[in-house]
Amino acid sequence: MVLKAFFPTCCASADSGLLVGRWVPEQSSAVVLAVVHFPFIPLQVKELLAQVHQAGRVELAVLGTWCHRRQGAEESLGHFLEGLGTIFSHEPWLQLCREPGSKLWSCKATRRQVPPRRGAPYEDQVMLVFYDQRKVLLSQLHPPAALPDRQAGDAAPSAGGLAAVFDTVARSEALFRSDRFDDGPVRLSHWQSEGVEASILVELAKRASGPVCVLLTCLLSLVSAASACRKANVLVSVLLDVALGLALLSWLRGKDRIGPLAEALVPVADHVAEELQHLLQWLMGAPAGLKMNRALDQVLGRFFLYHLHLWISYIHLMSPFIERILWHVGLSACLGLTVALSILSDIIALLTFHIYCFYVYGARLYCLKICGLSSLWRLFRGKKWNVLRQRVDSCSYDLDQLFIGTLLFTILVFLLPTTALYYLVFTLLRLLVVAVQGLMHLLVDLINSLPLYSLGLRLCRPYRLAAGVKFRVLEHEAGRPLRLLMQINPLPYGRVVHTYRLPSYGCHPTHSWGSLCRKLFFGELIYPWRQRGDKQD
Amino acid sequence: MEDERSFSDICGGRLALQRRYYSPSCREFCLSCPRLSLRSLTAVTCAVWLAAYGLFTLCENSMILSAAIFITLLGLLGYLHFVKIDQETLLIIDSLGIQMTSSYASGKESTTFIEMGKVKDVVINEAIYMQKVIYYLCILLEDPVEPHGISQVVPVFQVSTEQLSKVFSPKKICYLSPFSAFLLLLRFSRNVNSSCQDYLRTPDSYF
Repeated sequence: MVLKAFFPTCCASADSGLLVGRWVPEQSSAVVLAVVHFPFIPLQVKELLAQVHQAGRVELAVLGTWCHRRQGAEESLGHFLEGLGTIFSHEPWLQLCREPGSKLWSCKATRRQVPPRRGAPYEDQVMLVFYDQRKVLLSQLHPPAALPDRQAGDAAPSAGGLAAVFDTVARSEALFRSDRFDDGPVRLSHWQSEGVEASILVELAKRASGPVCVLLTCLLSLVSAASACRKANVLVSVLLDVALGLALLSWLRGKDRIGPLAEALVPVADHVAEELQHLLQWLMGAPAGLKMNRALDQVLGRFFLYHLHLWISYIHLMSPFIERILWHVGLSACLGLTVALSILSDIIALLTFHIYCFYVYGARLYCLKICGLSSLWRLFRGKKWNVLRQRVDSCSYDLDQLFIGTLLFTILVFLLPTTALYYLVFTLLRLLVVAVQGLMHLLVDLINSLPLYSLGLRLCRPYRLAAGVKFRVLEHEAGRPLRLLMQINPLPYGRVVHTYRLPSYGCHPTHSWGSLCRKLFFGELIYPWRQRGDKQD
Repeated sequence: MEDERSFSDICGGRLALQRRYYSPSCREFCLSCPRLSLRSLTAVTCAVWLAAYGLFTLCENSMILSAAIFITLLGLLGYLHFVKIDQETLLIIDSLGIQMTSSYASGKESTTFIEMGKVKDVVINEAIYMQKVIYYLCILLEDPVEPHGISQVVPVFQVSTEQLSKVFSPKKICYLSPFSAFLLLLRFSRNVNSSCQDYLRTPDSYF
């Protein structure tokens, strides 16, 4: 296998020194994390690596030497670097070298222990892969199919392939604490070395921000045990909700719209009731040219008309209090737009209560009729329903039973169109109201479950959410090692929403389209907002 | 080292295949697809605007004309950004993986990288398209849960070429298509190291 050396781009301009990182033997890849500069004491370097191993449970080692020859450099540096191979023994020993002022690199990876095979090279072929250390440290890989039993704190970084590189960099945070500009025992070059601020105030602010962030994370972790991204999403959603609610409140109070709104509400309810009255009159006549059974038609029509009359009186009774109620509802919008929308949905439900009642009456009548019809149809054919065995059995009826049964059957059949028409009309009205309420619930759900923080992160800092990596082949010459640049491939927006979507409570329909049609056909009542775990009556 | 050949796709458009050899362990195949033709663009625009004008004469509402212009513009932008692929590139890096990049006409690039450890096998699939049989190259990915199963079949190029054709090279007539040779390349690079090295060092007389 070709030896892959992952080299951070920030170290490409660093001075000569030792390469420190992790060697992954299964993929034959060396992940370089930092460069240790001269002068150093080998014992202190080994101590530092042991410290990092304890802190992050990642095995680091000295992988090789890095030589960056400046103009007028001595040749003895090369020999000195080769001699270091005896102090820090590592298989294979990497030797990276960069010519001054050019893009040409040379790499060698030598193995001392393995006896040279016939025809096989003594040195391994090396491929250089440059990576941006800061971005790899901060990014989070989202594998396409995450196994459910994978824990965050595994005993050893067992991730395969490129996930091992990300894992290594993430666990080596202890290594990045000291820098070549610090007065520590060991001088390192890594991603912290670039971007040293010119202003001392900014540097101090950066130092101070560390403990502040730690404090914030502690506080947040007290609130809930969910991951940081999830908490941020919830917080941003709540903030947006409150902001939209306050905007709605200011719009309502701005031009004093509550008064005219309340005044318009009662006439609208009256108008709806009038339209319903016209509808019932139409049904009592000859609706769409169909001929109804006169007596039943008149009974049902008059019953519903009286109900409607009661409802109109109720609305007129309530009219003095409407403005006060609306004012309080508007005030509740400062708790969030979702609260205002939910209250609005409930107000609609209350105002269309008569339609709900009509639907229930029509449905119950229709259901009774269908039950009766099916039972008498079985009698007509000489069968009956066996409740014990839950099946249809044949049965011998007496003559008078058959006679009465057939009579009742014909009566019910001829009264079916009338009841069915009333049922159809009121079911359609009810479904219309349910659709309007459903739209509002959908909007509330959208505001609550959209992961806005993650979407913002994907927009502004796309390297934080990584779907994978992508490679670009850099300029290369024959005879030199292949140089690749590894960049982070950000997660597509659809997957961001899918992964970080917050759970939505109570908007999923419990039945499918097929069962809905079946219930409508048999006249069973539909409860659109009932949850799966609720008690059935 | 670069090399260019031209083929035709299943709809008859011209395709150009460019092969680049970077190093013994890295090769790139670049397939350029036919460009958006002015004729089809003009035809679609005229059809939409004629329909809008017809509706306008019926309804006497000028909003229909503005809506038609918006629809045409948005439709063209959407087509260029999401549908029309200009170039597809396949980069094979020995022992790292396979990278497929599609660049769209609007400049968008979408990249997928498949690690070598996840590649189970590379196959040529046959498919019946209208009245002919077409061949396309697919990569089979391993299933992490089931060792003998396949989790995904990934077609390499979205735009597929015609059936295996004769390819003339200066040295000899070769009856392998560039893709079946490319298939051999992928197979060897996955399994056996030494034969991979030998194969990759020989000049491309297979092409």
